[in-house]
Amino acid sequence: MRVGSTIIAALVGAAMSTASASAAEDDTLKAIKQRGEVTCGVSTGATVGMSTLDDKGNWAGLEVDFCRALAAAILESPEKVKFVPLEFKNAFAALTSSSVDLLARSATWTYSRDAEMKLEWPVVYIYDGQGFLVRKALGVKSAKELDGASICVSGGTTTELNLADYFRTNNLKYTPIVANSREQNLANLEAGRCDAYSNERGGLAANRAALPKADEYVVLPDVISKEPLGPVVRQDDPRFRDIVAWTFYAWVLAEEFGITKANVADEAANSKNPEVQRLLGKTGDFGAKLGLANDWAARVIATTGNYREIYERNLGTGSKVNLTRGQNELWSKGGLLYAPPMR
Amino acid sequence: MGITTDSSSKSVSPGSAVSPLLRRYFGTPGRGLLSVLLATVWAWAAWALLRWAILDATWIAEDRSGCAPGGACWAFVVARIDQFLFGFYPPDEHWRPALILVLPVVLFAVAVSDRFQSQRQMIGAAIVLVPIASLALLVGGVPGMPHVPADKWGGLALTIVIAETSFVASMPFAVFLALARRSQMPVISMLATGFIELWRGLPLVAILFMAVILLPLVLPPGFQIGRVEMAITALTIYSAAYLAEVVRGGLQAVPVGQLRAASALGFGYWRTLAYITLPQALGKVLPGIVNSAIALVKDTSYVMIVGLFDFINIVTAALSDPKWLGSPTEAYLFVAAVYWLVCFGLSRWGRSIEIRSARARGVVRS
Repeated sequence: MRVGSTIIAALVGAAMSTASASAAEDDTLKAIKQRGEVTCGVSTGATVGMSTLDDKGNWAGLEVDFCRALAAAILESPEKVKFVPLEFKNAFAALTSSSVDLLARSATWTYSRDAEMKLEWPVVYIYDGQGFLVRKALGVKSAKELDGASICVSGGTTTELNLADYFRTNNLKYTPIVANSREQNLANLEAGRCDAYSNERGGLAANRAALPKADEYVVLPDVISKEPLGPVVRQDDPRFRDIVAWTFYAWVLAEEFGITKANVADEAANSKNPEVQRLLGKTGDFGAKLGLANDWAARVIATTGNYREIYERNLGTGSKVNLTRGQNELWSKGGLLYAPPMR
Repeated sequence: MGITTDSSSKSVSPGSAVSPLLRRYFGTPGRGLLSVLLATVWAWAAWALLRWAILDATWIAEDRSGCAPGGACWAFVVARIDQFLFGFYPPDEHWRPALILVLPVVLFAVAVSDRFQSQRQMIGAAIVLVPIASLALLVGGVPGMPHVPADKWGGLALTIVIAETSFVASMPFAVFLALARRSQMPVISMLATGFIELWRGLPLVAILFMAVILLPLVLPPGFQIGRVEMAITALTIYSAAYLAEVVRGGLQAVPVGQLRAASALGFGYWRTLAYITLPQALGKVLPGIVNSAIALVKDTSYVMIVGLFDFINIVTAALSDPKWLGSPTEAYLFVAAVYWLVCFGLSRWGRSIEIRSARARGVVRS
């Protein structure tokens, strides 16, 4: 499926470049302003904590917040977003064919996707990775203790390959219990047919929350693969790429400086920190350099809050997903989130 | 053999009618044991299901944690029923999708009741009008019915509108294709055959995929086709290709003598078609047409590819709502029950037309 979609996206890309001259710089931004709407490719409401639909039909999740933040930065209103639900198999093709401005649907950044398709991942907003969901009663504290265990995994996926690699590298033995779907894997784990279920940790945390006896299970801290998730844009528009990247950096910088949804107006008016003043548009014309209003970042933060607020609301220990921040912590606190200086 | 036993058992007393039944299930000790065992298993399963689905079930709750463990969490379906049926339609306008769901039921009731049989043409007209009216209700844009943009449509109402519209639109298209394929003119027949084979040979997923990905590349920039129109067009073409072959089967079954008789009476091509060929051909292949209609209803679940939340996809999406994590069993049972009801209704309708026309033919023969 993944390979197929890559080929189709490549084909569409080839058709595009032959059909029309490559798009000029600024096209995306201009098109968005003209349309008065950011079109954001999200999941089909199926990724817990990232993009889901509530009972009123409103979108929610970290990736939904990112789309709203982008609309706030560009169009000055978080409501000016059109969410386009996309299945994984046509998501990249939809982006290449300009059906959407960007993807925010948990697409993993990999070498071949980056190299083969005319797409780009400007930033990573969630560092996910493969992990293990185990029964607490097993008494296992680390994946290294899983020697001889039977492990549930989906067949024919990169997950299965990563699992094999990990156990081979660490010289451990295991029995794979292969299933075709998440539901089947969970049923196997619940029925005790396997000791652990291996998948991406974000998904595992959501799965755990959905189990009838969630308290009896735990997601191990080990991360055995890299699954960097970020927004995806077309490669032909570096200006728009920058806007997407800096919208995310605004989240990170806001957390660094302690600017929150609640205090952003106050900080914008009264902060003495020159970097905060530049970020929130009090001094300099930093917004204009990207073709935005100078208070763009202030509006982003007023809309969604800083990274901590967004993470906690959608994925963190306060939410149903209940996932600790792990690598998704500021660089100054041992995580991987880092924003270039605002100057 | 079966007939003789049947008629003889009618004549004997009711007491002895039980004994063959008893003998069948308890004739030998082995059989008896097996019967008792199976009955126990069935009873146990039925009891477990009853307890889970009704007795221990929770009907009202704020979120999943409010549902009693061990029982069905129907509260999930109850809390979301508006969304499942009407999509994201504005609450003030819910009467419109509700009417869309009621219209086919009324039409069905009228069509199968004996009282309205003399108004066959009226029913025929209604079958064409209901999808048009449903689509108009969904779009709105006239006084009293404000316009509702397509991204607010969804749920069962959208599924029904897409299915109705594509089916009714594909029927005349299919008849035309079938006639063209049987045409004496090789160019026309080859074109029709090519068209049918092309669309029948492509998976619906691929058709929808091309519509959503490749069309924007070919069309002039700024020119956009709505997703619902895209889905309806794709399903119409797809369904027409299948139906055309069903109709062709019917056309071939009309005895050639009928056509000769018609031409002897001075009927031209169109009159023969309208009064002789088509009524007989369509009557003969009614089960096939109903079959295609049922398949079409279920094929609507592919419209998620063009980004539409039809009935099953809106339910699937609701499953990932953090408030209701862990309710897939209830959700899919509900979906299955609703699809089954819709398809069973269609099947009953087809059956009633068949019985009626068989009766009518019997009368003609005598």
